[in-house]
Amino acid sequence: MLKTIVTCVLLFVLIALTAYIAFHYAPIERTMGIIQKIFYLHLPAAFTSFVALGVCFFANLMYVFKREAKWDWLGVSAAEVGLAFISVVLVTGPIWAHPVWGIWWTWDARLTLTFVLWLLYVAYLMLRSMLEEPEKRALLSALFGIFAFLDVPLVYFSIRWWRTQHPQPVILGGAGSGLDPRMRIAYLLVWAVFLALMVLLLKARYTLESARADVDELRREAEAV
Amino acid sequence: MKNLDSVLAAYLAGWAIFFAYYISVARRTAALRKEVERLKQSLTRGK
Repeated sequence: MLKTIVTCVLLFVLIALTAYIAFHYAPIERTMGIIQKIFYLHLPAAFTSFVALGVCFFANLMYVFKREAKWDWLGVSAAEVGLAFISVVLVTGPIWAHPVWGIWWTWDARLTLTFVLWLLYVAYLMLRSMLEEPEKRALLSALFGIFAFLDVPLVYFSIRWWRTQHPQPVILGGAGSGLDPRMRIAYLLVWAVFLALMVLLLKARYTLESARADVDELRREAEAV
Repeated sequence: MKNLDSVLAAYLAGWAIFFAYYISVARRTAALRKEVERLKQSLTRGK
């Protein structure tokens, strides 16, 4: 209980920190005005989801080669945390799009592929919930997780490969793109906070998965007695 | 200020997702820890 309260306080501190960076430190964008402040939530959440899903992909590969339970626990933990971050991207995107584009949603390549990514990881978690046998569940979900990760580079490159309603990249976008230096610093600071949040959530979720393994082990012992 | 309500809505929704997720993980972990204690006790009684 104490740990939960401490973590919630830490979450509040992180919120206050990102709000200060986004609203006080970063300048107001000239064309869009205050609505552009959503950028400091939307983009760091997107990049953090890629990192979390990268961890999931790595853990899935490690499970396939090593068949050790800890990689399965890390895989499912990272998938769930990644899904939370993609959910933030999918919720904040339309709130930003409506006043700027005049529409909540459009089926362009970037938005559609991001929605597909969300669906793939929901399917990953559903697949796990449907399989009873631990080794079979771990192997099949690891194989599915490796396949699901293929959508991450597609999401990233979609705005470079195709014409989309979604804006062209402002970070690593090549000539003509880029951010005001204070905006870039603000973005990087918020991303650092989000990465810390990702580690915190990942640790909490991994503890949950190891407790689940303890319960399974004890149940097997109880049945054998 | 124009669109300030949309900005606040986005931030509230975003952080609500993180909080809700963390609370759900903490509750599931607490339930499993209780189950571990219960199983350990029942195993000790059975021996």
